[in-house]
Amino acid sequence: MNRQLMVRVSGVVKEGVGMTSIRFPFNRIIAPGQFLMVWVPGVDEVPMSASYIYGEKGITVRDVGEATKALSSLSLGDVIGVRGPYGRGFEIPTGKVLLVGGGSGMASLMAAADFIGDPGRVDVLIGARTSEELIFVQRAKAASKEVHISTDDGSSGRKGTVVDMAIEHLAKKSYEVVLGCGPERMLVALRRACEEAKVPCQLSLERYMKCGTGLCGSCAIDGLRVCADGPVFEGSELGRLPEFGTSKRDECGRPIRL
Amino acid sequence: MNPLRARLASLELENPTMLASGVMGETGGSLLEMARCGAGAVVTKSVGSEPRKGYPNPTLVELEEGYVNAMGLPNPGIEAFAAEMEAARECPVPIVASIFASSPREFADLARRMEGYGASALELNLSCPHAKGYGMEVGVDPEAVAAIVREVKASTSLPVFAKLTPNTHRLVEVAQAVEGAGADGVVAINTLRAMVISIEARRPILSNRGGGLSGPAIKPVGVRCVYDLHAALDIPIIGVGGAETWRDVVEYIMAGASAVQVGSAVARRGSCVFKDIASGMSWFMRENGFRSIEEMVGVAHE
Repeated sequence: MNRQLMVRVSGVVKEGVGMTSIRFPFNRIIAPGQFLMVWVPGVDEVPMSASYIYGEKGITVRDVGEATKALSSLSLGDVIGVRGPYGRGFEIPTGKVLLVGGGSGMASLMAAADFIGDPGRVDVLIGARTSEELIFVQRAKAASKEVHISTDDGSSGRKGTVVDMAIEHLAKKSYEVVLGCGPERMLVALRRACEEAKVPCQLSLERYMKCGTGLCGSCAIDGLRVCADGPVFEGSELGRLPEFGTSKRDECGRPIRL
Repeated sequence: MNPLRARLASLELENPTMLASGVMGETGGSLLEMARCGAGAVVTKSVGSEPRKGYPNPTLVELEEGYVNAMGLPNPGIEAFAAEMEAARECPVPIVASIFASSPREFADLARRMEGYGASALELNLSCPHAKGYGMEVGVDPEAVAAIVREVKASTSLPVFAKLTPNTHRLVEVAQAVEGAGADGVVAINTLRAMVISIEARRPILSNRGGGLSGPAIKPVGVRCVYDLHAALDIPIIGVGGAETWRDVVEYIMAGASAVQVGSAVARRGSCVFKDIASGMSWFMRENGFRSIEEMVGVAHE
């Protein structure tokens, strides 16, 4: 049962430029990669990946729209509605794991790193456009012995894409699985890289969502529901979905080229 | 011969389950997927003349025994829906096109377009409880409903089903008007008007404030409506409202339904719900000596 609970915000942390983590008590088990529907009364309700799945639960918001701005400006003690957790999360094997995150995609990957709970078993690659948009670098270093950073403009870490860095890691180390979250173009490139390296991957997708429960079909990608059949999909499943990397839907359900 | 075969006007269904409108019906891909999951027929999201965004979130409240929703009829509009129907036409099962409009002429225009897109039948949404100027605002008036059905019947050769609202004491009167106007069947019921208030936020949760209740909570209401309609009508009835298991579907059929739509259960039970229902029904019919769905329709009246 995923009924909405009204919770009081118990923590607000600025993570980077325009990025804020909101913490709240929410006594349900959340798998890494699952998401919550978060309601700011009077404003909107939005799907948010859980970035903290132990203790006080949490989400990490980039303030791009009205709803996310309202979330970022929440204060301690404010009341929000939270329902979920929803969707299929990451299925994490017992071997070595490579996490590859772009921008705010690090949120669900850090939940995966916490779940793994062994700094020797997980490597983390963090990508962003500029150094200001990097998030969770310290948190990643606490969760992993090997953390590497790339930025598109070279303002921090390596200049280039996080997928270029992933390709190098896949060539020199062996991983049981790659977990990825970030912009879809990045995920398309990452899936291809994993396929070439013959390493399975699980990638977390985003689509416009209304109900969050698998009912309305607003988030459909080739007939699958990102909210219920995903948001995490196996790389092999995504290979069978022509809309992956090419098309998403607007609020009316009309296709938009990516 | 397949005992689960269901007949609805000129349509033949491999089993009596149908995907209800508003659930996984906005894209060709999702309709196909529901057909692959075993639905005997699929009904599209209600489509109107123009694209509509629907209401802002929250559009859904999850309850123990169902959902309260006010999506606000989001849809890509009849023009853009051509591509979805094109993709959905690969469906091995009948595709029922659901349409909504604010006048008989607009309904008729949409009906002609859907016929051109290859729909197998039409479902007239005369019952959405939360969209201003549409749905049950016209669907509670027998005269208005009859006028819509007549105009649609005159403009297409497809079977026409009218989806009725339970939010009126005139349900049977409306249904008789629909039958008199030449409809090929009725679909009952749409959601019940409902509201959920957050006592902490001191406001209704849905952005539209009011919405419609679906799921197991409304099944006894739906069964009663179908029972009453079966006593009053000669045209087939498609039951809908909270059916989740084969037992629920058999109950609707015994009340008088010739087929049963499944909506909320696609989320509550998963997409496999259609196959689960069909296999449970096969067993039940074998155990109880029913050789066809027709033999079961309305037996609770005897």
